[in-house]
Amino acid sequence: MKSFDLIQPATIDEALAAWQPGASWLGGGTNLVDLMKAGALQPDTVIDVNRLPGLREIETLSDGATRIGALVSNAELASDMEFARSFPAIAEAVLSGASGQLRNAATVAGNLMQRTRCAYFQDPNAACNRREPGSGCDARAGENANLAVLGWSDACIATSPSDLCVSLAALDAVVEIRGREGQREIAIADFHLLPGDTPERETALQPGELIVAVRLPAEARQFAANARYLKVRERTSFAFAVASCAAALQMEGGRISKARLALGAVAARPWRVAEAETLLAGHLPDTDLFARAADAALAGASPSGANAWKIELARRTVIRALTLAAAGTPARMPALPASPFGELAGELAHV
Amino acid sequence: MPLSINLTINGGARNVALDDPRVTLLDLLRERLALPGTKKGCDRGQCGACTVLVNGRRVNSCLTLAATLDGAEITTIEGLSNGELHPVQSAFIENDAFQCGYCTPGQIMSAVGLIMEGSAGDDPERIREGMSGNLCRCAAYHGITLAVQEATRRMAENRREDAA
Ligand SMILES: Cc1cc2nc3c(=O)[nH]c(=O)nc-3n(C[C@H](O)[C@H](O)[C@H](O)COP(=O)(O)OP(=O)(O)OC[C@H]3O[C@@H](n4cnc5c(N)ncnc54)[C@H](O)[C@@H]3O)c2cc1C
Ligand code: SF4
Ligand code: FES
Ligand code: FES
Repeated sequence: MKSFDLIQPATIDEALAAWQPGASWLGGGTNLVDLMKAGALQPDTVIDVNRLPGLREIETLSDGATRIGALVSNAELASDMEFARSFPAIAEAVLSGASGQLRNAATVAGNLMQRTRCAYFQDPNAACNRREPGSGCDARAGENANLAVLGWSDACIATSPSDLCVSLAALDAVVEIRGREGQREIAIADFHLLPGDTPERETALQPGELIVAVRLPAEARQFAANARYLKVRERTSFAFAVASCAAALQMEGGRISKARLALGAVAARPWRVAEAETLLAGHLPDTDLFARAADAALAGASPSGANAWKIELARRTVIRALTLAAAGTPARMPALPASPFGELAGELAHV
Repeated sequence: MPLSINLTINGGARNVALDDPRVTLLDLLRERLALPGTKKGCDRGQCGACTVLVNGRRVNSCLTLAATLDGAEITTIEGLSNGELHPVQSAFIENDAFQCGYCTPGQIMSAVGLIMEGSAGDDPERIREGMSGNLCRCAAYHGITLAVQEATRRMAENRREDAA
């Protein structure tokens, strides 16, 4: 690991003033320290944000919105009973990610900002446009089975690894940001950028800006009775998604009145398609309907390598997630959160 | 820039002078504080061998920069027993929950953390899910699950007895 200066500011203003090009914010460190060990990231300065005050609250605002402080840990978020009841798909998505240990350390802001798991991004000896603009993309002719099938470009075919972000995207979250010029906010849909010709620009955050909170609008609670996250992995637990889907419905008299749908692990950002949602509204839940929504959600998908199979897998993941959401949010968090093996009870379900 | 941090490690106050901000909690424990019970497997958050409790919560010490821990309370496998084995330690022995033993300190610390979190209870499926951050290359998973189940029950009983 390259050496660095460690700064531990006590206020947000101090933190913003301390930032300079080549600096990185440090949250739980579960992604940054890992990539610094690998040599993929080599900041000169690491600014520890953990002592900043006022960023550890989960609060309900006067307009009914819910505000999650940037430093709330992934574990605290998912285990907050009131939060999990109001936003069960978010809690399920968080609990399907990483491990108990990692979720204790990982912050909400760090989760939003975590880098792609593309193996060549992590390997400083590989060509990677995202890590080193203009160097090429070793994934194109290499290990690309789990890379993007939507929104990719010739320059980069990486996917976003976050589960939390998929559920936040489905529920129209907003990211609150502080910079030296003041406060601003970015809708989660605009937060992660597709690669285009500039894959090194991963988010809409400007250099030196700090995430201070993530906000969920009051309306997001109205999906609580029918909201699920489904995550297909190469093993039952402690693995990144191969395909995932957050599905949230509002039901009226047995019919779907509103639908929200976001896919994970298929693109460099959570994938949301308005047409897929509108075609569900007003209908009785039904597998054919869900299949049409899945087709709409995957419109334009194409393999970026040896991954055409992911398109069909993602399609089926959408259908299954919608089926689960229509059946209703379970009274208790499933033993295997977000797992396709999670429906049977007890020992039998384990594979 | 030498950094000086105060830690409470296994109940004892320690002042640690760090000459390098790169030192992880794992390397601090093993290489500088003569506490090699905490193991290094992957060094990248993927195996759980390095699990310790920081302020009562289980974390991967390999991804934690020691310099950020000023004021923290750390519990490692060396600090678990107070003369008598901790119920999780005894349950691991009684349930044959290891073979080579390399992953065991991390498994035990993770189990202690999981039991304190209280979300798994003695449901084997929830225990397996809650322990999925700890790999065991000897595949002692069956015994580990039984051990965590038994320790969970025994610790609940002990609490009831203490309360009575
Ligand atoms: C083995 C392993 C398995 C994992 N599995 C999953 C999984 O299945 N699903 C999943 O979603 N995730 C998974 N993760 C990733 C994990 O969720 C992230 O590492 C974690 O959420 C990052 O949070 P952190 O606080 O530790 O971030 P850090 O490592 O501290 O930071 C990550 C990035 O965010 C930036 N940052 C931190 N805080 C701020 C802020 N306030 N404002 C702006 N930028 C900031 C940092 O500069 C850095 O670039 C896994 C990680 C590991 C190691
Ligand atoms: S897919 Fe993107 S992240 Fe992976 S090597 Fe290519 S440019 Fe880098
Ligand atoms: S050594 Fe820390 S998780 Fe493997
Ligand atoms: S007992 Fe050998 S790795 Fe677990």
